[in-house]
Amino acid sequence: MFHMHFWIQGFVLTEFATLSPKRMAMRRFLSHKAAVVSCVLLAVMVLAVILSPITARYGVNEQVRKPPNTFLPPQRLAWFGTDEIGRDMYSRLIYGIKVSLIIGLFSALISTVVGCVIGAVAGFRGGRFDDVVMRVTDLFLAFPFLVALLVVRNTIGGIGWLTAIIGDKSSPRFVVFLLSFFGWMGVARIVRGQILALKEREFIEAARAVGATRRYIVRRHLLPNSIGPIMVALSFAVVGSIIAESTLAFFGYGPQAGDGGTSLGILVGAAKGAVQSGYWWIAVFPCFALVLISLAINFIGDALRDATDPRLDRGE
Amino acid sequence: MMGELVLSIRDLRVTFETPLGQLEAVRGVDIDVHEGEMIGVVGESGSGKSVTFLAAMGLLPHQAKVSGSVMLNGQEMLGASNKVLRNMRGGVMSMIFQDPLSALNPVHRIGDQIVEMLKAHQPKMSNKDAAKRAVELLDVVGIPQAAERAHQYPHEFSGGMRQRVVIAIAIANNPKVLIADEPTTALDVTVQAQILEVIERVQKSFGTAVVLITHDLGVIARVADRVNVMYAGCNVEKGGVDSLFDHPSHPYTRGLLASLPHEGINRLTPITGFPPNMLTPPTGCGFAPRCSHVTDACLATLPPIRTFGDLETACIRAEEIVVKAGLS
Amino acid sequence: MLRFTIRRLVWAVPTLLLVTFLVYIALRLGTDPLQSYLRANPRATKVKIAQYKSVNGLSSNYVLGYFNWLKNFVTFNWPRSIKGSREVWPELKDSLVNTVRLGSLATFVGVVIGLMVGMFAALKPGSRRDVAVNTAAFLGISIPPYITAVLFQLLFAVYWSRWFGHTLFPTSGVYPPGHTGFDLLLMLKHMALPTIVVAIQVIAVYSRYMRSSLLDVMNSDFMRTARSKGISERRILFRHGVRNALIPVVTIAALDIGSIIGGLIITENIFAYPGMGMYFLSAFGTGDFPLLMPWMVVVVASTLMFNLIADVSYAFLDPRIRLD
Repeated sequence: MFHMHFWIQGFVLTEFATLSPKRMAMRRFLSHKAAVVSCVLLAVMVLAVILSPITARYGVNEQVRKPPNTFLPPQRLAWFGTDEIGRDMYSRLIYGIKVSLIIGLFSALISTVVGCVIGAVAGFRGGRFDDVVMRVTDLFLAFPFLVALLVVRNTIGGIGWLTAIIGDKSSPRFVVFLLSFFGWMGVARIVRGQILALKEREFIEAARAVGATRRYIVRRHLLPNSIGPIMVALSFAVVGSIIAESTLAFFGYGPQAGDGGTSLGILVGAAKGAVQSGYWWIAVFPCFALVLISLAINFIGDALRDATDPRLDRGE
Repeated sequence: MMGELVLSIRDLRVTFETPLGQLEAVRGVDIDVHEGEMIGVVGESGSGKSVTFLAAMGLLPHQAKVSGSVMLNGQEMLGASNKVLRNMRGGVMSMIFQDPLSALNPVHRIGDQIVEMLKAHQPKMSNKDAAKRAVELLDVVGIPQAAERAHQYPHEFSGGMRQRVVIAIAIANNPKVLIADEPTTALDVTVQAQILEVIERVQKSFGTAVVLITHDLGVIARVADRVNVMYAGCNVEKGGVDSLFDHPSHPYTRGLLASLPHEGINRLTPITGFPPNMLTPPTGCGFAPRCSHVTDACLATLPPIRTFGDLETACIRAEEIVVKAGLS
Repeated sequence: MLRFTIRRLVWAVPTLLLVTFLVYIALRLGTDPLQSYLRANPRATKVKIAQYKSVNGLSSNYVLGYFNWLKNFVTFNWPRSIKGSREVWPELKDSLVNTVRLGSLATFVGVVIGLMVGMFAALKPGSRRDVAVNTAAFLGISIPPYITAVLFQLLFAVYWSRWFGHTLFPTSGVYPPGHTGFDLLLMLKHMALPTIVVAIQVIAVYSRYMRSSLLDVMNSDFMRTARSKGISERRILFRHGVRNALIPVVTIAALDIGSIIGGLIITENIFAYPGMGMYFLSAFGTGDFPLLMPWMVVVVASTLMFNLIADVSYAFLDPRIRLD
């Protein structure tokens, strides 16, 4: 039986038995309509990407048959129009979303895992290690992100043996590692903060009093209790990575289209030139897709935060 | 010998709109406060005791639906204009809160926070006079070196000292009623006694009526004139402090008293079970599910409060219970 | 507070040295300054190359090289750029002025509007206007600035003139090509679109900060005390609510302003606005080491300085914080 206090402006209004915290969180998440719609939308997108052999109408670099096929406005033949060499924008968008989602997901996962470990150690051990980690993250978080990204990209991209592991500068794998290199800091700070706050709580004291080991406390109590903020951070990291990838690509420093690949960033980057000539469809569809994805994940992240934060008096 | 009626709450009901449904926090409460008396309001967390007086002060958030009547010094508070409410708040009735550590604004000096209260109700007072009066007030509530302390910030004070400051703010304009909402709960036992002493001194020397909201019957027994016991948003029993402690009639009050340490009794008897969920309040007596004297009639309708000897009780079986208790 | 500030300023020097050293290494590894020079001057004589290397501190020993560079840097014996052999300082100064102008205008507009909007939303949490503000803020943070910029270009550079026959807001530069002298109105017209692009982000972020910060404060106990005093609603809101809610917001704002010096790259690039971002991208693209190092110093120094300002303003606004 779980007990819940109902607070308003600091007063206990009532206190009663209720659903388990997990079920409550689930219920609160589902009450966010925008987040639920976002989940459905993302699911549809992921499905379209996985089924790209069926959903895409042409190959990545395949030109629409029937010349002249360059810069066709949207029509039956090419739903979202064609680009400067006559490729179908709709199909390219699907391939682009695929690459961007993969980059976003993997780099967010790597940064979250690394961030959790570093944050947990820093928070639990404290001392010199904690100081150094926090200084470094302070500096990087305050430094212009794009500059750091570009400089580090070139620097680690120039180290021969490293590129053997993380891939060439222009490969999606390299972009994943590059984004993870910066992504862990935010997560580490969140986890560290959680651990510092939880460390003072009674149930941790109690666990320590009965002789639980440090590793046990971290695994059994501290990490599960910070799972909410970690999930939230993860979802925001996915958006962050997708946008960062597209920003890099926009400036020509992202994954390259060399082997016929594409990404949302590459597609949006192409928009800059097309816009000046008035080919609106080349700009509008990729931009719209990118905004939709980032909006959807942001909504989900926000709903997760609401759902996992046990305070009820947020004013709703 | 009771003084004039200064605060009269009639059939007060408070309902909150929450994401989980309608929450009935207060369900028809009547309370009278006379000039200069000290009245205790007892109940556990969620019994509606704080909400009752927040509603009387007009301090509840807008999600709260309040009905009934609150007459303060001849003025109806419910539905009164903002201007009237503002004049009454801090001027005629003021409030001190449970947690002195968070009740003061951390970024303003103590003296300024008292001056703000003074000037809100005495706009003609000069800044200099207000500052002087603030120091006097700090002195009244027993803060040493009041003149210097007035320039300090809340975090430079201990919990007990901060509660004294909160009291100084509350009594700045000589209010008729002072509502003390669990003023000692967050404090150390030794400090608790001192704070109660300050409150009593205020009551005695300024003739301020005090409403002491608490869950601590010991505190009530020591300082209150009359007691009002609340449970699940209702009055369950009220009366003079001596009668109520001597021969309580309501099973809840009896349970509360039995759970207190007494001389000659070496076992405390807890009340078993939990208070009801106020999102779905029971139709009958709120205490019935936990009561050992429960009958079908108790569960059917909410029992009204009625006179019973020198007490008022909301138990329909009060007579039998008192007789039974007398026999055993 | 003064002692803290002085101590932090003293500490800033070694931090600056350490960070510029790291930047020096990163740039040497990442851009290969020698290659860049040879690419631009394929027929440079051995003497010229040696001179280039010595004045830029490009010896094979990184530590020695760094101190060599540092000596030249602090004595204002700055090397000339690789491309076009130009003086670095005038160019850097112009870019800095342009970016500070755009950044401060956009930040000012954005923060003021953002705070007001956030406050407006927090006053009635859960109401329709709160939901509207929240959704708008979400859109604002979800749309990357270059998308807004590209869409603005599409709208103003292409369609506006096509529909209305004149340009409302020019979409590139500070002045039209060939313009000389100072013209405030013309400049503001050119700055309008980039300012809006940056301000949208700032508004979105700060309205959310302000909303959640003010909601936290509104739920705190001292607000209840303030309400119980019978003071006016406006006084409760500003003297107690906003005053406390601003503490974290101001601190974050100080940090953000610090990172704006090097942080408007995207917007500047798209609107061809000759600021620090354009400077960086062009220098980075050609691997122009003599241009890049001073740029980095300015950006790192401003980051460190505004970090300090954030800490000091925090202590200034919150009496509970003691700096020592």
